[in-house]
Amino acid sequence: MFKIVKREEMSEGNVILNEIEAPKIAAKARPGQFVILKANEDGERIPLTMADTDPQKGTITVIYMVVGKSTALFKTLQIGGGYQDVIGPLGKATHIEKVGTVVCVGGGTGIAVLHPITRALKEVGNHVISIVGARSKDLLILEDQMKAASNELRICTDDGSYGHHGFVTEVLKEILEAGKVDQAVAIGPVPMMKFVSLITKEYNVPTMVSLNPIMVDGTGMCGGCRVTIGGQTKFACVDGPEFDGHQVDYDELMTRLQAYCEDEKKCYNEFCMLEE
Amino acid sequence: MAKEATKKVKKEKIPRGAMPEQEPEVRARNFMEVPLGYTQEMAVREAQRCLQCKNPRCVDGCPVGVDIPGFISLIKEEKFTEAIRHIWQKNSLPAVCGRVCPQEIQCEGRCIVGKKDEPVAIGNLERFAADWERENGTGALPPTAEPTGKKVAVVGSGPSGLTVAGDLIVKGHDVTVLEAFHKSGGVLVYGIPEFRLPKAIVAQEVNFLERLGVKVECNAVVGRTVSLDELFDEGYDAIYIGVGAGLPRFMNIPGENLIGILSANEYLTRANLMKAYLFPEVDTPIPHGKNVVVLGAGNVAMDSARTAMRLGADKVRIVYRRSRQEMPARTAEIHHAEQEGIEFFLLTNPTRYLGDDKGRLRGMECLKMELGEPDESGRRRPVAIESSEFELDCDLCIVAVGSGANPLLTESTPDLKLSKWGYIEADLETGKTFKKGVWAGGDIVTGAATVILAMGAARKAADSIHEYLMRGW
Ligand SMILES: Cc1cc2nc3c(=O)[nH]c(=O)nc-3n(C[C@H](O)[C@H](O)[C@H](O)COP(=O)(O)OP(=O)(O)OC[C@H]3O[C@@H](n4cnc5c(N)ncnc54)[C@H](O)[C@@H]3O)c2cc1C
Ligand code: SF4
Ligand code: FES
Repeated sequence: MFKIVKREEMSEGNVILNEIEAPKIAAKARPGQFVILKANEDGERIPLTMADTDPQKGTITVIYMVVGKSTALFKTLQIGGGYQDVIGPLGKATHIEKVGTVVCVGGGTGIAVLHPITRALKEVGNHVISIVGARSKDLLILEDQMKAASNELRICTDDGSYGHHGFVTEVLKEILEAGKVDQAVAIGPVPMMKFVSLITKEYNVPTMVSLNPIMVDGTGMCGGCRVTIGGQTKFACVDGPEFDGHQVDYDELMTRLQAYCEDEKKCYNEFCMLEE
Repeated sequence: MAKEATKKVKKEKIPRGAMPEQEPEVRARNFMEVPLGYTQEMAVREAQRCLQCKNPRCVDGCPVGVDIPGFISLIKEEKFTEAIRHIWQKNSLPAVCGRVCPQEIQCEGRCIVGKKDEPVAIGNLERFAADWERENGTGALPPTAEPTGKKVAVVGSGPSGLTVAGDLIVKGHDVTVLEAFHKSGGVLVYGIPEFRLPKAIVAQEVNFLERLGVKVECNAVVGRTVSLDELFDEGYDAIYIGVGAGLPRFMNIPGENLIGILSANEYLTRANLMKAYLFPEVDTPIPHGKNVVVLGAGNVAMDSARTAMRLGADKVRIVYRRSRQEMPARTAEIHHAEQEGIEFFLLTNPTRYLGDDKGRLRGMECLKMELGEPDESGRRRPVAIESSEFELDCDLCIVAVGSGANPLLTESTPDLKLSKWGYIEADLETGKTFKKGVWAGGDIVTGAATVILAMGAARKAADSIHEYLMRGW
């Protein structure tokens, strides 16, 4: 078993942080890579990009939103308990390089994935401006950590309860108008990544996004994670999860994410009924 | 008159014992094993059909050279424990091989009795001996040699990895199997369905190795979690690579990323490894097509089609671009599939997939084919018939048109030499690769082949590894 050593609830209990004992993975993992977790014998294999690693302590941290049966089951796992299986580190690591000014855009739990990348980009000497968004102030995660990892932090909420009232894309546009930006990174809900990429394309700013299609093995064996990049089919688990944001077919990705929608609803509802 | 008299004196001919099976209408809707196995009486009777040839052709047909007349004669004498011991000398997974070997082109294909009559049912007898031992045997472990202090890592827990592990542990080496998935067994657990090879049998084989002292470490993706060089740094003296040929091939035709098109690897992994046929009792979903098309005609295609039927399809069609003669699946699987109501659309090749406005598959466009001149494989090449396009309705398509080498491990090990298709180059007699201390065998060397060939390569490699550990490269 892979033990949970720390557990936190964020975003009104919809987002959970787990720090998990996995020394082999912690020793190897680089920002941008993911793991696959399975709670128990009958569990589903769920890919999550790591939010942090601590090679000394031998732990990895994942932050996930409760969206279905499997994540609802994950939420029930407590400190001392844990996951039956954790596999990784999987996928390619982010290419971290000093390019000048970098804008990091994060939404929802994407902020958790963005955080180690932001930190690494700043560590190699980039000027990092981060924009993070949430529906409202209470749902925003990792504000302090993102502040520490960036040179400037901009916050947006859909309801205006904190920071800029509106979307991250509006603040992004403002920043792109104000001065030269050499690279952008966008991680969050698919529509957010899509619209960020549309804008950065106008300004010719190379943009990296991290994709989260449905996966099974995470090692290139099933093709369930296929995405279209520049008209070509790629397996996100081995060729990604990061891709050139200007080449991604976001509409196809959104459609494919719906493949098991009906089944998942059924399974989730049954689970919630049992839990109540 | 005289002729008839001589005929009468001749020993009464025993017909080949048919394998008792679940009825097609029943089994097409459940996941339980289809053939039920011989009873003791049936096995002894079938064993009597063997002529005990001096120069047994069947043995030449077996890739690992099982002494077939030898074990059959022990079954005839009802010495079942001795029979299975006899098989074990050459084949450590007989319960598996008896079920999945393509006997018709191997041992049974060469059997002399088969010249005039049906061949001796060698596979069924092998299965019987193994099952008898599992149910009635003592489970006693074979003796293992004194520990040598040498450490061996086996990458991949398919039939080839398990064979190497078994051979080396009894020779006294310290063996660890590293498996990427959360469960060991390779294709035997994620690919071949329960109704053809019950997972309990594979689990027992793995458990047997563990009792012998083999350590099995799951969730270890070599090339990601750990590299080959790091394994050497950790103190392993030799490494065997048996990672199979797990990269799914697609058709590369328009519309392939619509919802409802899955590689056979994904479909079968969901069904077998993740047990998605029990959803929502288990958490992994699987698409339930009503009108299913499976592309390809090998064992993988038959397994996919029969799985779709069991998941409640109204119609399952195998679409294959060549003719029946060229279908690569085992004869028994084709026969079983047909009995279960699976239809064959032969000499047909899809050209594009058709989707609805929600991005879901609704059909495909196909071309009719005819057979032309033979190609490199010696099979007649299918050629499209002009203007023969037609539409085929379907809501689920399983692509089972072959698989290739997964570059995950080899990419991270630049000093392994690869063929132009990405398979690992290894000496066919010893399994030695171009990297010192590293052997390879099974599908990752030959390309997708068979269980018994993967095991055969593994045995040779185990001998070579043993020699290296005792004497040097
Ligand atoms: C659906 C299906 C049906 C088949 N039916 C038959 C049949 O009826 N008869 C027959 O003879 N053959 C059949 N075959 C073929 C047969 O199963 C294979 O030839 C055989 O399993 C190959 O054995 P292997 O040990 O080389 O590889 P595999 O069985 O493929 O095992 C390889 C193992 O290595 C693991 N692995 C891969 N990469 C890594 C890594 N980087 N690190 C750690 N582990 C890794 C994989 O997860 C897997 O468990 C079938 C194949 C399939 C897919
Ligand atoms: S291992 Fe396969 S080929 Fe050899 S005797 Fe058994 S069934 Fe026949
Ligand atoms: S998750 Fe199976 S190939 Fe990517």
